[in-house]
Amino acid sequence: MNLTDYISAAPEMILLVLICVVLIADLFIDNEHRVATFWLSMAALAITGWSILATAPIERVVVFDGSYVSDPLSQILKITAVAFVALAFLYARDYLRANDLHKGEYYLLGLFGLLGMMIMTSANSLLTMYLGLETLALSLYALVAIDRNSATAAESAMKYFVLGAIASGALLYGISWIYGVTGTLKFDEIAAVIAAEPDLNNLPLWFGLAFLIVGIAFKFGAVPFHMWLPDVYQGARTPVTLYIASAPKLAALAFTVRILVDGLGGLQDVWADMIMVVAVLSLLVGNVIAIAQTNIKRMLGYSAIAHVGFILLAIFCGTDKGYAAALFYTLTYIVATAGAFGIVILLSRRGYEAESLADFKGLNERSPWFTLMMMFLMLSLTGIPPFIGFFGKLNVIDAVLSSGYPGLAVLMVVASVVGAFYYLRVIWYMYFEPAEDQAVLQASADTRLVLSLNGVAVLGLGIVPGWLWALCTQIALSIR
Amino acid sequence: MIGLQHYLTLSAMLFVLSIAGIVINRRNLILLLMCIELMLLAVNFNFIAFSRYLGDDTGQVFVFFILTVAAAEAAIGLAILVVLFRNRRSINVQELNTMKG
Repeated sequence: MNLTDYISAAPEMILLVLICVVLIADLFIDNEHRVATFWLSMAALAITGWSILATAPIERVVVFDGSYVSDPLSQILKITAVAFVALAFLYARDYLRANDLHKGEYYLLGLFGLLGMMIMTSANSLLTMYLGLETLALSLYALVAIDRNSATAAESAMKYFVLGAIASGALLYGISWIYGVTGTLKFDEIAAVIAAEPDLNNLPLWFGLAFLIVGIAFKFGAVPFHMWLPDVYQGARTPVTLYIASAPKLAALAFTVRILVDGLGGLQDVWADMIMVVAVLSLLVGNVIAIAQTNIKRMLGYSAIAHVGFILLAIFCGTDKGYAAALFYTLTYIVATAGAFGIVILLSRRGYEAESLADFKGLNERSPWFTLMMMFLMLSLTGIPPFIGFFGKLNVIDAVLSSGYPGLAVLMVVASVVGAFYYLRVIWYMYFEPAEDQAVLQASADTRLVLSLNGVAVLGLGIVPGWLWALCTQIALSIR
Repeated sequence: MIGLQHYLTLSAMLFVLSIAGIVINRRNLILLLMCIELMLLAVNFNFIAFSRYLGDDTGQVFVFFILTVAAAEAAIGLAILVVLFRNRRSINVQELNTMKG
């Protein structure tokens, strides 16, 4: 243990200290001045973001006796996670204040969740990964139940908790088998053991791997382990849904790449088939069931399942191009989804939770600018050029094609066309249906600015996607 | 002589038992939480058996972490249960069905 160890893990340590500071400070802030907690949390996020940039290593550094890794992949995922947690806090602030939920808990649990995500992205052993995962999951269970007087929130929190606990049980069972066969928990050593002994007792290893895939599919919300996702998206308060829908997807990506590629890369033939089945089912089920939804949050939940299908298919390729495409897709998908939930938050008012698709009817007559932003976001999620979502899908299809699976590429295109129906329906409602409700969307100046930037970003990134793709390719090359 | 396979079999049986308990039980949420605990304990059994067999302490360290996390998990699970009961006046699993589609 030396100074390098601590420097590499400094962002997490700094964040933990800052969380404790915010936690204590929040005790002395009364309800009228609760916005101070928000600004303190934002300051904590800014300092953490700065420390991530300041400690960014040029190459892969493995510290703490091989349990912890700091590399370009972890850096980009961490910095993006910090940005999206900040975005979620900003979008949430006015909503929480209007709905008498403006307590410190939302911010604190959000920060603890971020700590869990950062640990997951830097984990280099199954133990570190598990601890990061639980830090994130326990914060999310509590966040979903944050509105104590809502029966639906409590119900969805309970479902999330029970299914999440079963998934971590299955994951742990898988980990125990991997440990039993390889005799180690560290990804590097697992990979070395698998590479050194091709005739290793394979059946128990595959058995463990199958349980790990269950855990991964659950975290991503992939079919057939998706049951929690629509209920949680619908039942949780919209700011909580926004939080769950954005940054944790980055952690799920890190979780998958670290375990399957860093650790079990030698078993790629085995896991690729399992991942493909899960991904194809997600694509089909997500897109088809989303059509039948009348609740916007639930619809975006099923759309998340469909997008996860794309991410997993990119990972399925098992090539550097595939990993780059998965990273690119995840980064761009959460930009669009965070913005969409931001608009849903704005649509709600005191005592009125906008959830129905019908709430979007005639939005153009009331708030033309936000309607335009929502249209950008929906078009990006659909995957229409020149929006960034198109390039995400294009890269995944390209990666799948160059790995030699034209059938899957056709399936992805067909699924995208099916998916276009429900995204375009939102646009149809906003522009061509008469308004049932005349209220204009209210937003404070900073929210208005950031939401506009968020909406314009999907267009701007789509016009110049080259640099982001180059960055993702470069990072994918650093994954071993 | 009791060997590794006996421990692994017992652990697998406990694991399956806990899954069966979760699937079959449609009435009481507390029973569900107990099944989840049983599941984690089955995993612990596996870790300790492997740790002893391999002569490696890491597995036993992992067990301590699992026990700690299980305690935190139970605390949050019971807290959610209390919130649910205050809103619903029931902890029946079958009544968790207001959201559909």
